Amino acid sequence: MRFGFINLLRQAFAGNEGWPEQWRSPEPKAAYDAVIVGAGGHGLATAYYMAKEHGLRNIAVVERGWLGGGNTGRNTTIIRSNYLWEESQGLYEHAMKLWEGLSQDFDYNVMYSPRGVMMLAHNIHDVQVFKRHVHANRLQGIDNEWLTTEQAKAFCPILNTDPRIRYPIIGAALQRRGGVARHDAVAWGYARAASALGVDIIQNCEVTAIRRGADGAVEALETSRGTIRTKKIGVVAAGHTSVVMGMAGVRMPLESYPLQALVSEPIKPIMPCVVMSNTIHAYMSQSDKGELVIGAGTDAYTSYSQTGGLHIASHTLDAICELFPVVRRMRMLRNWGGIVDVTPDRSPIIGKTPVPGLFVNCGWGTGGFKATPGSGHVFAHTVATGEPHPINAGFTLDRFRTGRLIDEAAAAAVAH
Amino acid sequence: MLLIRCPYCEMDRPELEFRYGGEAHVARPVNPMAESDESWAEFLYMRTNPKGLHAERWRHTSGCGRFFNAIRHTVTDRFVVTYKAGEPRPEVKP
Amino acid sequence: MTSFRTAQGGRIDRARTLRFTFDGQSYTGHPGDTLASALIANGVHLMGRSFKYHRPRGPIAAGAEEPNALVGVGRGGRYTPNLRATQVELYDGLVAESQNRWPSLAMDVGEVNDLVPAGVFASGFYYKTFMNPPSAWKDLYEPIIRRAAGLGKAPEQPDPDHYSHRYAFCDVLVVGAGAAGLSAALAAGRAGARVILADEQPDLGGSLLSDASATIDGLPAAEWAAKAAAELAGLANVTVLTRTQCFGAYAQNFFGLAQRLTDHMPVPDPKAARERLWKVRTREVVLATGAIERPLVFPENDRPGVMLASAARTYLNRFGAKPGARAVIFTACDSGYGAAVDLARGGVEIAAIVDMRSEANGPGIDAARAANLPVRTGAVVTGVKGRLRATGVEVGTIASNGLVNPAGQLSCDLVLMAGGWTPSVHLYSQMRGKVRFDAERQIYVPGDRASNEHSVGACGGSFGLADALAQGVAAGTAAAKACGKGATETAVPGVAGEILPRGGYQGAVPHHRDVRKVKAFVDFQNDVTAKDIKLAVREGFRSIEHVKRYTTTGMATDQGKTSNMNGLAIAAETMGKAIPEVGLTTFRPPYTPVTFGTFAGHSRGDLFDPIRRTPSHAWAQARGAAFEDVGMWKRAWYFPKPGETMHAAVERECKAVRASVGLFDASTLGKIEVVGPDAAEFMNRLYTNPWTKLEPGRCRYGLMLNEAGFVMDDGVIGRLAPDRFHVTTTTGGAPRVLAHMEDYLQTEFPELKVWLTSTTEQWAVIAVQGPKAREVIAPLVEGIDLSPAAMPHMSVRLGTICGVPTRLFRVSFTGELGFEINVPAEHGPAVWEAVWKAGEAHGMVPYGTETMHVLRAEKGYIIVGQETDGTVTPNDLGLDWAIGKAKPDFVGKRSLARPDMAKPDRKQLVGLMTSDAGVVLEEGAQITAEAAPVQGRPALGHVTSAYASPTLGRSIAMALVSGGRARIGETLYVPMPSGAIAVTVTEPIFFDKAGSRLDV
Repeated sequence: MRFGFINLLRQAFAGNEGWPEQWRSPEPKAAYDAVIVGAGGHGLATAYYMAKEHGLRNIAVVERGWLGGGNTGRNTTIIRSNYLWEESQGLYEHAMKLWEGLSQDFDYNVMYSPRGVMMLAHNIHDVQVFKRHVHANRLQGIDNEWLTTEQAKAFCPILNTDPRIRYPIIGAALQRRGGVARHDAVAWGYARAASALGVDIIQNCEVTAIRRGADGAVEALETSRGTIRTKKIGVVAAGHTSVVMGMAGVRMPLESYPLQALVSEPIKPIMPCVVMSNTIHAYMSQSDKGELVIGAGTDAYTSYSQTGGLHIASHTLDAICELFPVVRRMRMLRNWGGIVDVTPDRSPIIGKTPVPGLFVNCGWGTGGFKATPGSGHVFAHTVATGEPHPINAGFTLDRFRTGRLIDEAAAAAVAH
Repeated sequence: MLLIRCPYCEMDRPELEFRYGGEAHVARPVNPMAESDESWAEFLYMRTNPKGLHAERWRHTSGCGRFFNAIRHTVTDRFVVTYKAGEPRPEVKP
Repeated sequence: MTSFRTAQGGRIDRARTLRFTFDGQSYTGHPGDTLASALIANGVHLMGRSFKYHRPRGPIAAGAEEPNALVGVGRGGRYTPNLRATQVELYDGLVAESQNRWPSLAMDVGEVNDLVPAGVFASGFYYKTFMNPPSAWKDLYEPIIRRAAGLGKAPEQPDPDHYSHRYAFCDVLVVGAGAAGLSAALAAGRAGARVILADEQPDLGGSLLSDASATIDGLPAAEWAAKAAAELAGLANVTVLTRTQCFGAYAQNFFGLAQRLTDHMPVPDPKAARERLWKVRTREVVLATGAIERPLVFPENDRPGVMLASAARTYLNRFGAKPGARAVIFTACDSGYGAAVDLARGGVEIAAIVDMRSEANGPGIDAARAANLPVRTGAVVTGVKGRLRATGVEVGTIASNGLVNPAGQLSCDLVLMAGGWTPSVHLYSQMRGKVRFDAERQIYVPGDRASNEHSVGACGGSFGLADALAQGVAAGTAAAKACGKGATETAVPGVAGEILPRGGYQGAVPHHRDVRKVKAFVDFQNDVTAKDIKLAVREGFRSIEHVKRYTTTGMATDQGKTSNMNGLAIAAETMGKAIPEVGLTTFRPPYTPVTFGTFAGHSRGDLFDPIRRTPSHAWAQARGAAFEDVGMWKRAWYFPKPGETMHAAVERECKAVRASVGLFDASTLGKIEVVGPDAAEFMNRLYTNPWTKLEPGRCRYGLMLNEAGFVMDDGVIGRLAPDRFHVTTTTGGAPRVLAHMEDYLQTEFPELKVWLTSTTEQWAVIAVQGPKAREVIAPLVEGIDLSPAAMPHMSVRLGTICGVPTRLFRVSFTGELGFEINVPAEHGPAVWEAVWKAGEAHGMVPYGTETMHVLRAEKGYIIVGQETDGTVTPNDLGLDWAIGKAKPDFVGKRSLARPDMAKPDRKQLVGLMTSDAGVVLEEGAQITAEAAPVQGRPALGHVTSAYASPTLGRSIAMALVSGGRARIGETLYVPMPSGAIAVTVTEPIFFDKAGSRLDV
């Protein structure tokens, strides 16, 4: 059943008894043409585009827990495309274009809200770096503009632009098309649309082994719900990528870190945009529900614990209170952690692996949510055709051998 | 805030005194120029990143300044053992 | 207005009257009241509006679990939104206002949402509509939804208060000071353990303070609690923290506690911290966090006047506030009877006790019958009359087939819900304890012990008072013993007169009404009804996390304390599964919300981050210097004369350095002393350059790579002796470089005998640069021959200056004759002043970092971090000369041999000259081959540095350009929004290419 206001009313009058399941919960089949491991946003998007654009219908997504339960459901939902390197710009802008029509494309309101993402400059080095981004983005047709301190204040009135603070704000880069979306809806929207196209989404199905044939190519997945034969496996397991790839004997240039986020109690709107400060390590937006959504960098050590240290959250709030003094009396409602897989150059790996039939999409670090549609779209192409899409051609695993890195961390030290 | 035992100071100290140093026992090749691009990339970038017991390096930066190794469970963050740099990885039960 | 204050009893100080206002209306209360109890004593139940439907709401609870009665308290910057009226201690002059309503609490336009046909605003409705046209979400629907959502308002002024942090260590942390916690603290404290006892209430006692029937060791429960509190206060090894919520458990027995210090005071001492964050590391922890009573889910269970039975007892017994005049008690648990008996004794008429259970027996019902209270078993409440306040209930009877038949109405202004108790396992779960489902009682209780943890009393699933006391004593004793303390044993107190809270119910209560037309609330604040949860399950949301997120159950400011189990039960029933098969959502900190200010503590303003100042800071400040932030440093940026622009100041400073001499504070440079018999070999491995043959007394430009082959740092390095190097690093790179060196020294090259010491803070570095530099310093220096022959460029000498020992470097970052005078930092200001005095006759000017940048750019000297960005190799920078070709190895060498590291199209450092000499390029601007580049085509590179060069009288720029060295002489473009700027590619050196000015 299509969503929309008419059906909403019609169903409401019928006691909402007529809504069908948003996605099927099938038993796994013995074999599929391709299996995606991981039903987060990226994995579900991959399956959706494989079905929609490449006509693959006999495919499955297997998920250890519940769909959308990893970083998709834990992140702070920032969307932007103002990256530095051409490869990154291409990838994230591709995602941005898809975001702009995503709700309509799969008939699920993901509440994509391009309310603007503003990055604060606190010193001359920040200014140089951000202006470099502004210029690089402009050449690629990606909006990103430089704001004076006064313009930044006008765009976000609760910002503390007092020049006497410890790290005064001396300007900002603003991507107006940047913004936020409703994270859960992204996973659910892709799941619903993929399921409708015939994709089997199998939750509570943990991969325990990857079987390879005599030629080294993948043959099957062993799972907690039985063996699933397939010639193509796309691993989209975020923080658990090293674990899953290890089952195929592939070592990865990844480390998994806890990344914390927190929300305040809901309040009436005070925060019209997303503000990020890399120099003092914090970012904040306000959800449609009214919660201030706050995050920062990762904890200092690798971990799969999905929690983090109290001192990390404390330090994040120090910074938030410096930037936005009126929120000091706001209260932290909930603090949680995700597990992010970080590559040496802070750019993702999307492509083939040394194992025939095995593909990987990982390494999104702290900033994967924004890429969800684009990532799924190009990875679908890669798995379906066996070759990378031009947009992800540079994001190979092999770049760590050749040295052709895509170093967004070095370039900007901003990778949220 | 983890509590970490420095094997040199022989004291449990808070995480703030330490700096994490990544996976342990990733030895730099003795003759790097003799390494292939593949093996060099393995040394530079490939990491075990286990879900479970992890041998890792820490430095007691705000203490004795020494590097040491630890075995920590990456799901519970529990330290099983810490040991001095250069010592072999101890056999421990998960 | 009728007073609902009892004539006597309760823990309020009736001798004193406190005045307060709620929504502008004046009321009175007494010390000991909460805002909620004072309002109830004034007959006011309507305290808030719900999130989605804006339904009128009163408190259902008396403590931290309250979902409805959220208010804003205070004025100006001290205003705090979303506080639970049930937790706000009353003080004289308190100003509170309701939230999320307009124009008034009783007349809220938003309530129109409640009139929309039931089901339109069902769970997840917003995912299904508002999609077209694509821009409408952001421009039309979202603004409306955002305005309607949110609860309170943020303060509009900065917070005037301050906050503090404290670390603490103890043997036994006891969380919760009810019966279990008090007895645990007593047992551990008497045994001699260092104990911290924390409770969020102002008084110790927990539910004992609300208990009017039980006695402990012959004393009324509250009196026993007071006696225990007095004993604990007298134990030197026990720290009692009241008004302190233990909100989070972290790895290795580390706990976060938030203490409210002044919120209960009418006029707090401005010098006192408002709140304090305790960071407690404990060996053992006793969790005595109690249990929370569950509401029953029946139609209109949210009307003001409907509340938990335990809350009603608390209002009556603890606060002397009658929650109503005539009550219906709807119960599935024996605790409903206890409440009924207490209320009857307190003068509240009991219209009926409606017990869902077909058969009720035991001391509860016996006590009710003895008091002649009307009891109906096998019955349910199926609806509540009244809107702003309950006026009555509909009652039904449960037939043997499970269906409900209407059985009349009862008038009442108070409806109590007693659905049984949910153990507060939050902290246990945060400690990674795995809860276990008790199928018989249908509750989750702690399973195996988490690390050094003891869950006692109700949070452990033991709801009886005697059990709580016994478990508390046992846990306190065991915890103390685990810490080696066992001096004194504690006997278990004896209990009489308690009614055990047997029974309970979760899920939706059956009723006979049209389900489409009624709302039975599960999550009160977020307006989640039983229907919403059923809809979510119908739509395929089968994991409890999915149900929670789709319906928003448990996501309100109470985090589901009263709603999670009912929601879970309804979801499980709808799926036809047992509760444990559906899962349980994760408990996350904080247990109750904690202000941001508490976390931030003193880290505010200047204390947000330390400020590092150079020895000449005060001198520069006195001369009106502008400063820039570089890392934690404040560096003098330029020294404007009165009325002078930055541009003019920098031009003047540059010209003075080239013409005569300038004075610059270079103390921020990182400095590392590398010492030992293997120092040269260590330097050989850590820097690209060869060091073995560098003579003592000479200096060399050092280039450091990371192992991936990219430039990491640079600096001039002097060899003071065969076994001693004075290494300088970039300002920002100092800690990173030292850590990098230590890493290799300790873990890769432990065989080298080398010691590393950071000396950044020990040396003040006074740079004297310009043709007259030697003349300026010569009169001050002793023991060093400054003549060009004796002390050539790139040399270092030891001697004295102004009588102070110095390491005098002859180095230059300007291209002029230059010295960098290193003196012990404490002598820095005096030597600086002396050099300044000596230089004045030579026309010396002080200059800042901006002039330093211009002068070095004229000479083509790079700045790591400006010309480099972590992706740049020595070859890219034209620095191959700095690589010791004969060395078999150095950090980064192997990586430089990787396929991509030597490609001809790599970005290489070049100079750029604009065709219009007056145009200064923008740093960061892109460089293209065409004036009008095609969108999507990669740029050739970018401008790394650009200045107006006073020396050349024109603009100059440095850039990284793809294949740049082969493009020298070519015209390229810098496209700007106003049009492309044509540039000519040059070598990256603009002045004195031969370097003759250095050799003077």
